[in-house]
Amino acid sequence: MQKRTALRVLLAAGLAATGTAAVQAQTAPFKVGFILPMTGQSASTGRQIEAAVKLWVAQNGSTVAGRKVEVIVKDDGGVADQTRRIAQELVVQDKVDVLAGFGLTPLALAVAPIATQSKTPMVVTAAATAIITEQSPYIVRTSFTLPQGTFPLAEWAAKNGIKKVVTLVTDYGPGIDAERTFKNRFTLNGGQVVAEIRSPLRSPDFAPFLQRVRDAQPDAVFVFLPSGQGAQFMKQYSERGLDKSGIRLIGTGDVTDDDQLNDMGDVALGVVTSHHYSAAHPSPTNKKFVDAFQAANKFRPNFMAVAGFDGMRVIYKALEATKGKGGGEALLAAMKGQTFESPRGNVIIDANTREPIQDIYIRKVERKDGQLWNVEFDALKAVKDPGKGS
Amino acid sequence: MLTLLFDGIAYGMLLFVLAVGLAVTMGLMNFINLAHGAFAMAGGYITVLLMQRAGLPFLATLPLAFIGAALLGALLERTLYRPMYAKPHLDQVLFSIGLTFMAVAAIDYFIGSQQQIVQLPAFLQGRFDLADVGVGKYRLFIIVVCALLTVVLQLILSKTRFGSRLRAAVDDPRVASGLGINVNQVFLTTFAVGSGLAGLGGALGAEVLGLDPTFPLKFMIYFLIVVSVGGTTTITGPLLAALLLGIADVAGKYYVPKLGSFIVYTLMVLILVFRPQGLFGAKVAR
Repeated sequence: MQKRTALRVLLAAGLAATGTAAVQAQTAPFKVGFILPMTGQSASTGRQIEAAVKLWVAQNGSTVAGRKVEVIVKDDGGVADQTRRIAQELVVQDKVDVLAGFGLTPLALAVAPIATQSKTPMVVTAAATAIITEQSPYIVRTSFTLPQGTFPLAEWAAKNGIKKVVTLVTDYGPGIDAERTFKNRFTLNGGQVVAEIRSPLRSPDFAPFLQRVRDAQPDAVFVFLPSGQGAQFMKQYSERGLDKSGIRLIGTGDVTDDDQLNDMGDVALGVVTSHHYSAAHPSPTNKKFVDAFQAANKFRPNFMAVAGFDGMRVIYKALEATKGKGGGEALLAAMKGQTFESPRGNVIIDANTREPIQDIYIRKVERKDGQLWNVEFDALKAVKDPGKGS
Repeated sequence: MLTLLFDGIAYGMLLFVLAVGLAVTMGLMNFINLAHGAFAMAGGYITVLLMQRAGLPFLATLPLAFIGAALLGALLERTLYRPMYAKPHLDQVLFSIGLTFMAVAAIDYFIGSQQQIVQLPAFLQGRFDLADVGVGKYRLFIIVVCALLTVVLQLILSKTRFGSRLRAAVDDPRVASGLGINVNQVFLTTFAVGSGLAGLGGALGAEVLGLDPTFPLKFMIYFLIVVSVGGTTTITGPLLAALLLGIADVAGKYYVPKLGSFIVYTLMVLILVFRPQGLFGAKVAR
């Protein structure tokens, strides 16, 4: 008899506890855990995304559908096992509702299983290797994919009198993506890739690789480098006299990254790149974004900042759609298929692939008002990642 | 081909100036100083900050990078390193690697983690062709500066009174101090000069190697390879080792890019298998 009452009491207490937990979930803050490389080689990526996240919160407040939003920023130093450890901590201890950030491909890959196991939506705002979104159904990307950003340039090069190309990419996921995509498209259009060079991710000196480019005497060299290495590369490119040797420099927008473009000097003038965002994009939305960003920080926003900004947008809109309830599955469903006007132009989060569908621009570096900008002169509309059927 | 050789020599010379201080502290003073790269980084940052914040020309910052790093070296030698001389090597390794991590974190905190960019003066930019060899002006500058340093250093060590005092102080500190040599002061000077050279190397190398807070960790391996392959009994050993390393690295990346930086390590393993003392290490300890 006594046992029975004890059980009943326990049961009642348990029920009451779950009841309060449900109520608490409504009022507890909604936590977004950003894991970014704030130190190390890719620190500029972390700096840009963090600044953009702060700007979004400053402009849109920290309450969505009556629920307080709390953003946690953690530094992984660009090291994959750190990223994984931090993601585990964020999910298990901090109980974050959404994971976001991920500066480099290996970092995103390390966390994918955690997102799947814990059913936590994972918003990738930087890493750009095509396979990332296939590693977990919970990954949504707001940046771009390398194949998506690369193939328009291959088309452009083939149409603009470039016949022989040497590719020079950094030897890891996105670099291989860029190399393969460029080669396939370019040869399809009758061009010829005479040499494919891969430089190590931690290569301090580009000299031997640039010498190979020079000796091959192509019409152009196609380059992909991770964000943050562009300036170093450009200096050595001019030191080797390649800018005067008649070999044109074309590449993905990472090479003329807005973050460093101004420090590169005149050697960058005339470099043609393809990318989804330039700080010089002529739209009122972008002008507002760039002005606000520069007012808050001492530097210019780059493509990393825009993807971080839109990452916050996607999270906020999803939380709004779930009326502040959140919940992994519901948030994910609300993220798929979102369409919005980003500073880069119109973006759709493809419901099938969870990749952004966006315009890819062909740009040329020009000097305007005493500063260097990537000026867009051509665009391919609504580009999907070419490798994924949807 | 010759262009590659030229690039390799420039790279090797740079590595030599960066590592020679380590060869001295390790070989002559018998102290394992893994924080050597931190002094190189200090020199690099002195140059970058003076150029960015004070608007000094590049060449004027080079002596200041040397002096700044040397003073830092002297200060730390006097306060932190001296008590560590008598300790076993493992303690020295742990101590100096800890110091390295502190330096990385400190630079990151105070200056930020972005790559620092050095704007070279116009006369050091670009290249000219010398009978088919493409010569980068800045790389030529590096070779000249480093060659001069090497000659001066070798002369000091072998021909001056200070050199003989240093060798005496290393061989037997007790007897040396009995002869009236101020051993502490000799070590202090040596350490400071070694750190200063690292600082100068860091300042010169910021353009070619890049400069961010992880610099000491990135190049620690290279310094150690130079010192271990070159042996620590002479200056010429590390010099030739550094040149070999630089040329092998550049040529390897050019001809067999698939192997990348692996060439360097293979070379090191091979040399050390056949010459455990290093290329020029004496068979018998001093």
